[in-house]
Amino acid sequence: MLEFFFGYLSLVIIIFSLLVVLSKNAIHSVLYMLVMFFHVAGIYLLLQAEFLAAVQIIVYAGAILVLFLFAIMLLNLREELSAEQLTDGWPASLAVVAGLLLTLMLSLGGFTTTFNGSWSPEKIKEITFTKALGQALYTGYILPFEVASIILLVAIVGAIVLAKRRLN
Amino acid sequence: MPGRYLPTEYLPVAIFIAISIAFGLGALIMGSMVRLRRPYREKLMPYESGIDPVGEPRVRFSIRFYIIAMLFVVFDVEAIFMYPWAIVFDKIGLFALIEMIIFIVILLVGYVYALKKEAFRWE
Repeated sequence: MLEFFFGYLSLVIIIFSLLVVLSKNAIHSVLYMLVMFFHVAGIYLLLQAEFLAAVQIIVYAGAILVLFLFAIMLLNLREELSAEQLTDGWPASLAVVAGLLLTLMLSLGGFTTTFNGSWSPEKIKEITFTKALGQALYTGYILPFEVASIILLVAIVGAIVLAKRRLN
Repeated sequence: MPGRYLPTEYLPVAIFIAISIAFGLGALIMGSMVRLRRPYREKLMPYESGIDPVGEPRVRFSIRFYIIAMLFVVFDVEAIFMYPWAIVFDKIGLFALIEMIIFIVILLVGYVYALKKEAFRWE
């Protein structure tokens, strides 16, 4: 049953990822990406990462995609929509992707899933993932957590500086 | 690689999603089976409050929307971080509170900057 769900989710992710790249209409690409994000959230659920699944839907499907949509509407792709293809560098992209895939497949061969430290899958299952994440994040990883706020601050300042310069 | 357990407690969510997709698709399919199809030019025209549509449908959006969206993403992520924090707050206590205050103050700097730069003003 687990394998069935995993197979379904991976298949949809692969198909819709291809659609995102191959679709000529950029708005359609974003909509395909929405479907893909929901299925990625499903994969997170299968990995017991419930909080990540929620984040995937709230942040990626909810906020990041809005950003993508606005970026597309800002660019105003009119000539590009009727073009045969958006970029002509596809042989190079294909070579890069094939190389990455080969590296992954070769390296994943000697890969075993296990856990490190005191957080076993059974323990996480028992106290629920979000609680486990909260305990780990807010006791053991304080510095990365505070650094995250600085990264967000940089994002705010960067967006305002860039956009305001365009307005003036 | 899937985990060890099937998240069965999310079955209601899956059923809910399935019903909503079936309802949406079902309404469209039922409609297309039942309705009459007599298209003419005026009927196929995009509806714009009764007046004839002017210009192109794809207009270039203002960059201001992008700033709003970007700020939304940032504060969305901030709110997300508060969720696991709120769940474990009773276990960690005051220490967690100080952590979160530092986190919010850093982001507040960004908010004040946005206010000062009049990012929220449409002018």
